[in-house]
Amino acid sequence: MTSPIVSLENASLTLRSGTGDVEILSQISLDVSDGETLALVGPSGSGKSSLLMLMGGLERATSGRVTTLGQDLDALSEDALARLRRGHMGVVFQSFHLIPTLTALENVAVPLELAGAKDASRRAQAQLEAVGLAHRAGHYPSQMSGGEQQRTALARATAPRPRLILADEPTGNLDSASGGAIMDLLFDLRAQHGATLIMVTHDPDLAARCDRTVSLSDGRIA
Amino acid sequence: MTFRVAAKLAGRELRGGLAGFRILLGCIILGVAAIAAVGTIRASIDAGLSDKGAELLGGDAEVGLTYRFATEAERAWMAGAAPQMSEIVDFRSLAVAGEDRALTQVKAVDGAYPLLGEVGLDPPMPLAEALDGRGRLPGAVMAPALIARLALEFGDSIRLGTQDFTLMAALVDEPDGAAAGFALGPRTLVRTSALQSSGLLREGTLFSTRYRLDLPEGADLGALEAEAQSALGTSGIEWRDARAGAPGISEFVNRLGAFLVLVGLSGLAVGGVGISSAVRAYLAEKTATIATLRTLGADRGTVMTTYFLQIGALGGLGLTLGILLGAGVPVALSPLIEARLPVPAQFAFYARPMLEAAIYGALAVLIFTLAPLSRIEDIRPASLFRDGGTGVRRLPRWPMLAIITGLTALLLATAAAFSGNIRLTLWTAGGILGALTLLWLAAWGVQALARLARPLSRGRPALGWALAAIGGPQSTAAPTMLALGLGLTVLAAVGQIDGTLRGAITGNLPDRAPSFFFVDLQADQMDGFRALTEGDPGVSRVDSAPMLRGVIAAINGRDPAKVAGDHWVVSGDRGVSYAALPDGTLTSGEWWPEDYDGPPQISFAEEEALEMGIGIGDEITVNILGRDITAPITSLRDVDFSTGGIGFIIVMNPGALEGAPHSVIATVYADDGAEARLLREVSQTYPNVTGIPVKDAIDRVAELLKGLAAATSWGASATLLTGFLVLIGAAVADQNARIFEAAVLKTLGASRARILTSLALRAILLGSSAGAVALGAGALGGWAVSHYVLEVEYSILWPSALIIIASGVMVTLLTALVFALRPLNARPAQVLRARE
Repeated sequence: MTSPIVSLENASLTLRSGTGDVEILSQISLDVSDGETLALVGPSGSGKSSLLMLMGGLERATSGRVTTLGQDLDALSEDALARLRRGHMGVVFQSFHLIPTLTALENVAVPLELAGAKDASRRAQAQLEAVGLAHRAGHYPSQMSGGEQQRTALARATAPRPRLILADEPTGNLDSASGGAIMDLLFDLRAQHGATLIMVTHDPDLAARCDRTVSLSDGRIA
Repeated sequence: MTFRVAAKLAGRELRGGLAGFRILLGCIILGVAAIAAVGTIRASIDAGLSDKGAELLGGDAEVGLTYRFATEAERAWMAGAAPQMSEIVDFRSLAVAGEDRALTQVKAVDGAYPLLGEVGLDPPMPLAEALDGRGRLPGAVMAPALIARLALEFGDSIRLGTQDFTLMAALVDEPDGAAAGFALGPRTLVRTSALQSSGLLREGTLFSTRYRLDLPEGADLGALEAEAQSALGTSGIEWRDARAGAPGISEFVNRLGAFLVLVGLSGLAVGGVGISSAVRAYLAEKTATIATLRTLGADRGTVMTTYFLQIGALGGLGLTLGILLGAGVPVALSPLIEARLPVPAQFAFYARPMLEAAIYGALAVLIFTLAPLSRIEDIRPASLFRDGGTGVRRLPRWPMLAIITGLTALLLATAAAFSGNIRLTLWTAGGILGALTLLWLAAWGVQALARLARPLSRGRPALGWALAAIGGPQSTAAPTMLALGLGLTVLAAVGQIDGTLRGAITGNLPDRAPSFFFVDLQADQMDGFRALTEGDPGVSRVDSAPMLRGVIAAINGRDPAKVAGDHWVVSGDRGVSYAALPDGTLTSGEWWPEDYDGPPQISFAEEEALEMGIGIGDEITVNILGRDITAPITSLRDVDFSTGGIGFIIVMNPGALEGAPHSVIATVYADDGAEARLLREVSQTYPNVTGIPVKDAIDRVAELLKGLAAATSWGASATLLTGFLVLIGAAVADQNARIFEAAVLKTLGASRARILTSLALRAILLGSSAGAVALGAGALGGWAVSHYVLEVEYSILWPSALIIIASGVMVTLLTALVFALRPLNARPAQVLRARE
């Protein structure tokens, strides 16, 4: 067995709100192997997306330990976390989260530029071609359909060839035809570089395509 | 029914409080307050001048004469009209204390002075006691600045002409001082009888006399003026009365006030940009609500009325607060302002300036909110199901455009009516519109340049993001540059004009101008004077000319004001000279023969003749020493006043004026090192002669200009402050987009330093662009005013220019850095999930 690419030991997440503390995740322990595809499933509010955010260092565990790509995330500063994600991790969101002021090509180029790639623009263009959007390179997000925006987001997440792809309901805002195409693309891109894929989904069929499924309920692994 | 429903809906929407409307309210309040404040100060000074008219004038009415005393007949008329009368003599002289000399404006008074008000002395004592002097010397009191300049102590001796005086006290309050207007030297007050042996008041020397009349209660000033004009009018009198005790100051204050209100309008225009953005942002937030209302059956009229009422209510609140603030601050600070004002003022809440500010504010709010409000029409129920922003036209429909254009025309007409100066209003409005258009075009150009420059940022992500944010959709280039640019443009123009004018006066002029003007030289002193000055090795040139003062009483038999309007040549008395030979400046017509002995002829300054609409053949009547001389213009001359040398508008043939008592004026061009020696020698040899150091006069004029520029800069600062507020508004509106952008960039691996660099870079790029455009527009305005109005040579003043660009960068950078805190500190997960 290879060493886990993501490892959680008794990780908990409690958020403060006006009405008191809310426990989002409780005592989660989980290992994800390098190259594995993992589906996180569970009802709304069960903590799936929060768990994904903890794994990517986008959220900090209130207690317990989260290790990603061999780094103890709690020990890293905000900027160190950003550097860890840069080039090693790709994140895909349900709402795409493209930067509205950048064109599709520029959006895809951002992680490459951050990683210091000299040929960022060329590689971004190639990745757009890979997702079938070469003709949309100069368009802004507001000029594209939801499916096109998500394909751009996929290209952005996979362009630096990350070891870890985190996807939060990537088809949640898309119709079933577009969603199916996006998922085929995601699995293809992952397979090309052997990246680890951790995906939040409500879709049992999608979950079935993964190596393993982890089910959450009320912030705990069920 | 529709209105009631709309009012109810509007009320419910406003229940949420005013938190979202701070910028909108701030823009209205600041814009309106600046105008109300300027108007209130102007009205307060007007009220002060009007209330204290008689005191400022020093009597209920005044009859002024130029370098002569009243004749017996004139005195008899005045004594018949007024139970009490006071005679004042006013002239320039040199005050001599030991080896030190200083120019002073002497006021010689009789025992009846002052008819009204009190003279304030330090140490306190009655004026009569001070002017009695000590021992055998008569007394004098002097302005504190003159006492300091000559390093005098009370009891010291000073000399005017050949007469010694004892300095008894400092003149701290001269009740009729403000009405005297601009003087080249600080005041010395003495008794006229003490000057009899001074040699300063002989016939032909330059002095003016003022006869203050204390009239019976209820005297009809208008009727008395008409009577005076018919009884004394032909002898060149100047009539003033308590209806306008200080007409010069009153006119100056009104003109400056009108100009500052127009500068204030530029603040309102900048505020309008902020108001418009705030309304647009508010309505963008309300798109779903509006679409829901439409889904539920609200027609367009109801929805429009609902939001019009909301904005109207907010506008009304902003106007009220702005007027109260603008009128209240001068009233609250009245003790401070009064202490700094050289004229009386009565601070209170005046209806006219408040109404003026309210009208400007209401029109500006309407003009700038109708366009965004009209977009409500385009919001359809379907907006609920798809993203907003598509299919909305950039310009409002034509009826709305027509209304906005009409309101703008109404605003201009109102401004012209209030300022009383259509040309100034149109120039200012044109300047504001031109600058706004230029800034808008520049913003468009900067966006295009940012897109073009994008490939250059490869490998420099922070620069790339900055360029993308400037050039891409949702760019803040336009609001930022409009907000900041107009205020900076006004400041840049003021800086360039002020610097150019002061440079022209203090820079080149002293090199070309003479060192001294010597006035009151007598004809029999001229040979000695020339020998003394031309014999000095430091003197390079001495010019002289006979000098009389005269008032143009008629042009072709008509009132000069009806022919030449308010041209400066026909307002007040002018220097008049005579010469047998032309001096080489003749441009047209014929000069009289050297031995000409016929009827009087006039050679007139060409440029002024053109401006006044007169020329060769026109008949001018000049009143000199109470005698009218009528003569045709037979030639025109090119008179260059910019050299600071001797120049006369009117020159006559010698036969016309030789017989009249007169003095000679001389200019002496000398080395810096010779100046002090020359002044000492001339004033010792000829105590009756007054030497006016040109550099001192230039300093006084430069000082006055500095004050004017400062007042205008304060007006422009209000515009800049409003612009800053608009900038903050744009930053607030942009904050969520920046937070989201930073969250995504962090997710993709960007460090906070890199994000901060990107935010700072876009601020620097936009700030420097706004500064550069403001400088360009300001320099253009500076050049236009310098070239066409002031007629001085213009060259860009780089220190002032660089300060403007640096200010643009600093303001946007500081705003960007303050507003970068939240994007930098926001956790990506929280920001991004909130958008899911």
